[in-house]
Amino acid sequence: MTQVDQGQLFEFLCRMGDNTLVLGHRVSEWCGHAPVLEEDIALANTALDLIGQTQMWLGLAAEVEGKGRSADDLAMRRDVWDFRNVLLVEQPNGDFGQTMMRQFLFDAWHLEMLKALTGSSNEQVAAIAAKAVKEVMYHVERSGDTVIGLGDGTSESHKRMQKALDLLWPYVGEMFVADAVDAAMAEAGVAPDLAELRTACDARVGAVLAEATLAIPEGGFAHKGGKTGVQHSEHLGHLLTQMQWLQRAYPGATW
Amino acid sequence: MKPAAEEIWTWLDEVPDPEIPVISVVDLGIVRGVAWEGDTLEVAVTPTYSGCPATSVIAMDIETALRDRGIGAVRIKTQISPPWTTDWLSDKGREKLMDYGIAPPRAAGGPECCPRCKSTDVKRISQFGSTPCKAQWRCSDCLEPFDYFKCI
Repeated sequence: MTQVDQGQLFEFLCRMGDNTLVLGHRVSEWCGHAPVLEEDIALANTALDLIGQTQMWLGLAAEVEGKGRSADDLAMRRDVWDFRNVLLVEQPNGDFGQTMMRQFLFDAWHLEMLKALTGSSNEQVAAIAAKAVKEVMYHVERSGDTVIGLGDGTSESHKRMQKALDLLWPYVGEMFVADAVDAAMAEAGVAPDLAELRTACDARVGAVLAEATLAIPEGGFAHKGGKTGVQHSEHLGHLLTQMQWLQRAYPGATW
Repeated sequence: MKPAAEEIWTWLDEVPDPEIPVISVVDLGIVRGVAWEGDTLEVAVTPTYSGCPATSVIAMDIETALRDRGIGAVRIKTQISPPWTTDWLSDKGREKLMDYGIAPPRAAGGPECCPRCKSTDVKRISQFGSTPCKAQWRCSDCLEPFDYFKCI
């Protein structure tokens, strides 16, 4: 077992925490706007789980960094170029179907990732994953059911779900592409080899989309640059202006 | 003189859960340990769901209850491992939930029966409910909707 580079571990933890933070914020944008009350509540609860998980991931990231920053500092006081979430989660909500398609594609990866992380060589990482994986099992069950219900629903809902899949599919690849940080984590046993998650993920995604009568777009093109921080889409900056405005206007404000 | 751990457990069993006040924080299974560290009482608490907003209220309620009993130095330690499971709900807690109108969790993944009329003909409305720990179900006999405490 090789020694983990703390800088790379910090990067990895930011990726986990930024994914849940940005998606959690996106999903919370539905609060009070969902098509029916039950869905509004379900979305709010999902967002809450994700924000709770963020607290744990970024809390550990801040501890590893050791510069006296807190999870809140990382969430509210970093700018776009310091965020390490995949591009998928920062994409706008679109309609309800598009939101649920984004959720399902992320949940399918998230569940496999967390399952693998429960066996992490880093005890704190394993503990966070063990906590989060239980919540994410509920997320994927619901998002999968909703994708099936809408995909195999009316001609209108089917059309919209196919459009959502066509739009979001090119963002799936980034979750499985490993870089130097991922390789170092895999080597130290902190995190799994990302490519190995693909089989289980593809099996779930394929089965759900088939039942939803939706066709996976052809071609292997994948948008990249989110988790490395090289190039986020324009949408992240807009999201951060909403999410961070209070701490930007009144730094350090508490209540 | 420092009160013994057993006595402290009985005090904590009187602290209600803020969301479901008929059960105590001990019934809920979130108090994981009580120990004296010198003159400071350390209480280990585990969150139900990682984002549950009641967690900080629970910590405050526990601290207040212990201070009212004369324990000045209390430290609440958040412990996430092993993760909370509904298996830790006490039998007393399960009964109280049922009486209150919330179907207790079951490994089968759904309620055994309607908490009101006890009919077993129930169906799920939504996987999520009014708090992170609950789902919405409905009784097909008395037609009343009810909360089901999710099994995790």
